[in-house]
Amino acid sequence: MIYIPNTSVGRRRLIASAAVLLAAAPVPVFAEPAAPSGAKGGGQSAVIDVDRARSEPIPIAVPDLGGPDGASAQLGHEIAGVISADLARSGLFRLIDQSAFIQAGAVTSGAPNFANWKPTGAQALVTGSVQILGGGQVRVEFRLWDILPQTQIQGTAYTTTQGNWRRIAHIMADVIYERLLGEKGYFDTRIVYISATGPRDRRTKRLAIMDQDSENNRLLTDGSWLVLTPRFHPTRDEIAFMSYANNRPRVYLFNLSSGQQRLLGDFAGMTFAPRFSPDGSGVIMAVANGGGSDIVSMDLSTHSPRRLTNSGSIDVSPCFSPDGSQIAFASDRGGDQQIYVMGAGGGDAKRISFGNGKYATPVWSPRGDLIAFTRYAGDTSNFAIGVMHPDGSGERILSEGWLVEGPTFAPNGRVLMFWRETRSQDSRGRGFSSRLVSVDITGFNERPAETPTDASDPAWSPLGT
Amino acid sequence: MNIKILGALSAVALLAACSTPATTTPATPAPVASSIVPGSQEDLVANVGDRVFYDFNKSGLRDDAKATLDKQAAWLAKYATNNVQIAGNCDERGTEEYNLALGNRRANAAAAYLKAKGVAAARMTTISYGKDRPTAQGSTEQAWAQNRNAITSVR
Repeated sequence: MIYIPNTSVGRRRLIASAAVLLAAAPVPVFAEPAAPSGAKGGGQSAVIDVDRARSEPIPIAVPDLGGPDGASAQLGHEIAGVISADLARSGLFRLIDQSAFIQAGAVTSGAPNFANWKPTGAQALVTGSVQILGGGQVRVEFRLWDILPQTQIQGTAYTTTQGNWRRIAHIMADVIYERLLGEKGYFDTRIVYISATGPRDRRTKRLAIMDQDSENNRLLTDGSWLVLTPRFHPTRDEIAFMSYANNRPRVYLFNLSSGQQRLLGDFAGMTFAPRFSPDGSGVIMAVANGGGSDIVSMDLSTHSPRRLTNSGSIDVSPCFSPDGSQIAFASDRGGDQQIYVMGAGGGDAKRISFGNGKYATPVWSPRGDLIAFTRYAGDTSNFAIGVMHPDGSGERILSEGWLVEGPTFAPNGRVLMFWRETRSQDSRGRGFSSRLVSVDITGFNERPAETPTDASDPAWSPLGT
Repeated sequence: MNIKILGALSAVALLAACSTPATTTPATPAPVASSIVPGSQEDLVANVGDRVFYDFNKSGLRDDAKATLDKQAAWLAKYATNNVQIAGNCDERGTEEYNLALGNRRANAAAAYLKAKGVAAARMTTISYGKDRPTAQGSTEQAWAQNRNAITSVR
């Protein structure tokens, strides 16, 4: 792998222009986001239905995007491939195999011949074209069609630098997802995580970042120091993480555009388990205090810390509710580690986890309706990733394993990523592995997220960053 | 650019480690015939015991841990120029963030005991590696028992 310390991975200001394409004549324009007929529930309300993954995924045809020359057509082929992979991986779409297409080649512009697409079983069709312009620019035009009523659902043209073609494909997949399912997608996102190499007793850990489809993997630190628990800022190209730089384990901020790191706060003891506030104005984290740890919030403009707990126990893993009014955290104040919820200003905390075992790493869904957690007993029994409502009701286990840990929500709250470790089979650690895994909040569609090395500590970025 | 800064800090830390005063005249002959320098990390490991062990999810000091820390306190009284780091560690059967706190608690428990036995607090630093620096790489109770520790090292 190549370590590129001084390369900016900031991603602001992507699209030079995005124009709405009017529906190709003679098909009328429908302003409403139309679900394909036959899709479960039709309208927007059915979308986060947890039964969705058990119902039929939406059949969709994504032929290659066309182009006026060979290079443009090749890019159109690749863009269609990225869109198809995104949609298929979500588990909510079924991609019609290109061998079933009646119409060979790309549908470059205008209305498709619906008679050619209806027999494929597709309910939705994506068409479009790519044109490589001068100066490294590329124009990508795409239209989304509802096949049975023969209507255009969406038409958009993007102009951007050619190097951004993957992002354009993800943005198009997000548009398709949103128009057909009625909720925001999560494809134009990235995952920051910890890359691990070497034997277990001498691991080298590095900050790493990749697109949500495992492409564009980059290392952000060189492995000189142990690093852990990166988390994305809600709006800026910035992450908070923990570094053992100079053998002083502390929370740092890492600017993805400049590559600059800076220590957050001035604490005598270890600071760890950072997360940004929903508005990005502050960080909440744990601060070692004697043999325990407290929850502390830091205002990023004044850098003034505010201690929110002081129980003498281990209070750790704080996470704001998406409206910023509450904080979930883990604490062993009652004996075993459990999840508690308190107001954003501290004060009384209410225990919400009451199942069998210890509960850790509470993470609030961006939708606000669920808290994801890690549950474990600490012995040889399986760890579990689950969700519960913020009042502790409705606990559901989504995945289990020898060790599964650290859920992070996709920005639409529909998918979780976590990491899964396999057990060492001998005293040399053979058989041990640590990999990223995603799962739908229904518990279906679990699949690995490929990484070049062992990986842990995933954190999903907001949409469009 | 920041990487370079970290590199510079690393170099400083190494120099500091090298500048730890070496004991030139052994106070007593080494108990075993070897090249171990009395007062060195090797001496601590071979003749005192550099680490104490904990029960699962616990930071309380067992009798065997107290016995080892008693010997460490005596050794540190003898080699009064030695400063030490006490690193708390955990087994793999917990979550990362909680184990960082638990390792900190274990290191603190060992340091507090040494302080009570007369080791100046200024001579000791603590650090927690959570479950990230296992000594044993296996996934057995035996390996976990080794990995639930606080390790004293000369700085």
